[in-house]
Parts: sequence; C-alpha cells; structure tokens
Amino acid sequence: MEPVYFTFILMLAILLGFELISKVPATLHTPLMSGSNAISGITLVGAVTSAGAGSDVLATILGTGAVIFASINVVGGYLVTDRMLGMFKKKESVNETKALTKEK
Amino acid sequence: MNSLALINLSYVFAAVFFILGLKMLSSPATARRGNLFSSLGMLIAIVATLLGEGIVEFQWIALGFAVGGIVGALAARLVAMTAMPEMVALFNGFGGLASLLVGSSALYPTPAESSFTLVTIALAILIGGLTFTGSVIAWGKLSETISGRPVLFSGQRIVNGLLLLAIVGVTVLFCLNPSNANYLYVVIGLSFLLGIMVVIPIGGADMPVVISLLNSYSGLAACAAGFAIDNIILIVAGSLVGASGIILTNIMCKAMNRSLGNVLFSGFGAATGSGTAIEGEVKAMSPEDAFYVLEAASSVVIVPGYGMAVAQAQHVVKELQELLEANDAEVVYAVHPVAGRMPGHMNVLLAEADVPYELLLEMDAVNPRMETFDVAIVLGANDVVNPAAREIEDSPIYGMPIINVDYARTVFVLKRSMASGFAGVDNPLFFKENTRMIFGDGKETISQIIREFSN
Repeated sequence: MEPVYFTFILMLAILLGFELISKVPATLHTPLMSGSNAISGITLVGAVTSAGAGSDVLATILGTGAVIFASINVVGGYLVTDRMLGMFKKKESVNETKALTKEK
Repeated sequence: MNSLALINLSYVFAAVFFILGLKMLSSPATARRGNLFSSLGMLIAIVATLLGEGIVEFQWIALGFAVGGIVGALAARLVAMTAMPEMVALFNGFGGLASLLVGSSALYPTPAESSFTLVTIALAILIGGLTFTGSVIAWGKLSETISGRPVLFSGQRIVNGLLLLAIVGVTVLFCLNPSNANYLYVVIGLSFLLGIMVVIPIGGADMPVVISLLNSYSGLAACAAGFAIDNIILIVAGSLVGASGIILTNIMCKAMNRSLGNVLFSGFGAATGSGTAIEGEVKAMSPEDAFYVLEAASSVVIVPGYGMAVAQAQHVVKELQELLEANDAEVVYAVHPVAGRMPGHMNVLLAEADVPYELLLEMDAVNPRMETFDVAIVLGANDVVNPAAREIEDSPIYGMPIINVDYARTVFVLKRSMASGFAGVDNPLFFKENTRMIFGDGKETISQIIREFSN
C-alpha cells in the first residue's frame, strides 16, 4: 500500500484516539493506561510475522524475542487491567457482597 | 477472496473491537466488558495473522507465546495493588522492546530498498528502545530499586542535545547504509541511552506524567513498526494508544500547572525551597482527641496521597469510613489527579478496599463545598494540598491546582514527621490555625482512632 494511505489512516486513528480518551473520568485513569498499554502489545502481530516467516535465522531469533516480550505485554496487560476493574464497585454491589458474606 | 483480503478484513474487526473497548473504558459500569472487547480484538488480530500465508514455522511462535504468556499471567496475578505503577511501567517497557525487535527483524534477510520504510524502521527502533530503557528506569524509581530523586548534573542539557544530534546523524547514516549492521547497533545503543537520560532527571512526584508519556511512546513504537512491516493493524492500534497516552499526559501536566517541557527538563524535585521561610506553630493532636472531633463531625472528607499507598492504609481507611457512616456522618474522598505515582493510583487502591467509586470525588467537585466539611483528613498527601500553591508566589508549586483542605473547619494531617513532601517544598498548611497534626504511621493512627470508636 502507498505510504500516503497509511499516513491518512494514521491521522484518523490519532484523532479518534483523542476523542475516545478525553472523556474518561479520573477514576479510571489507571485501568485506561494499563488497558491501552495492553493494546500497544499489538506489535505481537508483527513479531509473529517475523518469527514465523522462516526466511532468515537472525529474523527468526529477533522475531521470537519480540514474541516473548510482546506476549508478556499483552497477556499481563489485559489480566492486570481486568483484575483492577473487577475491584471497581458501585455502592449497591458493595453492600450486596457484604450481605452475602454476612449470610455465610 | 484471497487470504490477504481475509486478514485485512479481520484487522478491521480487531480495530473495531479496540475502539469499542476504549470507548467502554470511559464508564466504570462498562469498563470491564470494554477490556474484554479489547482483548478479543487482540485475539482476532493474532489468529488472523497466524493463518496467513507468510507464516510457515510455528515452533518459535509457540515457544514465544508460552514463555511470554506464562510470565505475563504470573506477574499480573501476583503483583500487589500497591506495586501497580511499577508493573505497568515494566509491561510498557516490554512492549517497546518488542517493537524495537520487530523493527530490527524487518532488516533481514535483505533490507528494504525504499527510504520511507528504512526511516520507519529506524523510528521503531529509536522509540522502542527509549521506551524500553525509560520504562525500566521508571520501574526502578517507582519500586525504589534506584533512588527516586532526580539525577541532575551540570551540562545535562548540552549532553542531551549532543545525544539527540548524534542520534539524528547515525540514523541518517543507517538509512543510507542499511546493510551495515554497525550503524544499527549504534542506533539501538543511543536509543537506550536516550531513554535513560530522559527519565533520570525526573522526580518521583512527576512519575504520573512520565508513565503516561512512556505509554504513549510504546504505542508510537508499535505504530512505527507497523509502517516498517506494512501492517495496518499495528498502525491503527499503535496510534490509538499513542493518542490516548498524549491526552493522559496533558491531563497530568494541567493538574500540576506545568508544561510538558518543564516536567521533562527541569528536574523539579531537586529544587530546594529557597522561598519564604514559613513561621508559625505546629499544633499536634493525639488519635484519642481526633476521635472526639470525628465523633462529633457530620461530614468528613478524606484526601489520600502516596503516603496511603506506602502505609498500605486503604483498608483501615475504609473501616473508618464505615464507622463514621454508622455514626451518621457523610464521608467522601477527594482525589487529586496527580496523587500517587500514576494517573488514578488512589482510585485503584481505594477500589481494592471496596470503597464504592461514587464516593471518590475529583478536585473540582470537592473544592466548591470544602467549607461545608467539618473535618478534612489528609492522609499521606502533601503537595496536592499545599496552600503555598495559592498563596506564595515564589513557591515552586505556585499556580498548581490543589485541594483546598485548609478551607474545611478542621484539618487533620496524618504524617510521619515534619519532613517536606516529594517536591521538597514547605507546607504552610501545617501551620494554619485550623490544622492539627497527628504524627505517626498513617495506618497505625487510623487503627487507633478505630479502636476508640469501638470503646
């Protein structure tokens, strides 16, 4: 594809990113950061391409290293975000959990 | 339909999931599902890539997935909530390193002819490399493996300027002779050095800015790698992350009333408060007496800071909140945007302690009604409640928006000793007429007050 199309897409994606994020409340800044951090692990797709092309030993080695680090980023990022978000509770649900524990 | 078109179609779906996921992250009610959507997008993108024609060997990929997946999953499970800032920094660094490796691997077996591609490869390596070492230094500072104090030396700007010039020069040489591996090594080395040089002068209190900035860089590195290997989903996802990181960085800078350049180059924490000496009397109070005041209070605002994370006091704070509520008092939390060591740090800790997120108010929501609170409890926060930002014009933090706790009827400051905060600035709050200092470990002090309640 022509570089100019890529650049076009780049511009649209950046503007969309600005739009999406400017509305996130401060409460969610940490999960937002670790969640978007996990998305930046998308470089894993490129890593897979390099590691699996089988064309050159050095490319395979570099690619495999990239797969390792990118997977840490992706897997760790999403899990840690999920763990954090699981803790964010509304008032009612906090009370429900408390009621449940009391019943036990 | 050929397989390339199919892959690209899957990438479109993946991008839609990323965008929806980020959108759903804007409300606590949908955020968890949003994260799931985003991870689904990632899964689609990876599976589509694996099915493509270009992939002929799977053993190395499987090995990489296994190693990285296990390490990532274990780290995510085991990390303590208080250690979250350094964990996020480290994950971020790995993302940058991966982009560096992807960029480098695009040079083999034969480097591309087009100079556009070569420039993007160089960018992926540079941004990826500086994200990696920058994040590792940030990790070190946050986990206190290395000192959190800013490292400054004379001529730092000149050294950094020369470093930038050297990087530009070597990058040009590299793009002209892509088959000469020596230039590649120098580019990598210099990018590592740049990452270190950028983060060492930054003090611990400015870490929220640095982390969000590095977050943005890791996205930009992925984006550059996407250009390098002609992969559209890397470009789209990478630039989404890049943009979101920049927005967060901007929010953090505004919350400190400083420009990004000022945060990056001034070595703020090193400035010792040479300004006006603050004179006055500090009035100490015992936890027992604090209890009597709290018992009579009908509205209480708690202002947490990094000290709450250090003392691991979030659970006892929640206990105190429940006791006060049982005593018919209204309790809210006021969270400054840069309290703690990463954006939203306090919110995560309080969520861990089961504090409902409706009770966590932002600075602008609390300040207008600060006069109505009987008691403001400052727990491990210092600079974000420092009235010097309002009153003392030559203070280094003058102009920074703060939580005006001094307008509350009574202020309790829970503090270990009289040392100044991370910014090294004296705090006139401690000397105000309505301020009472309760010295000691924050967690221990609150536990004592709680014990008084049960007596």
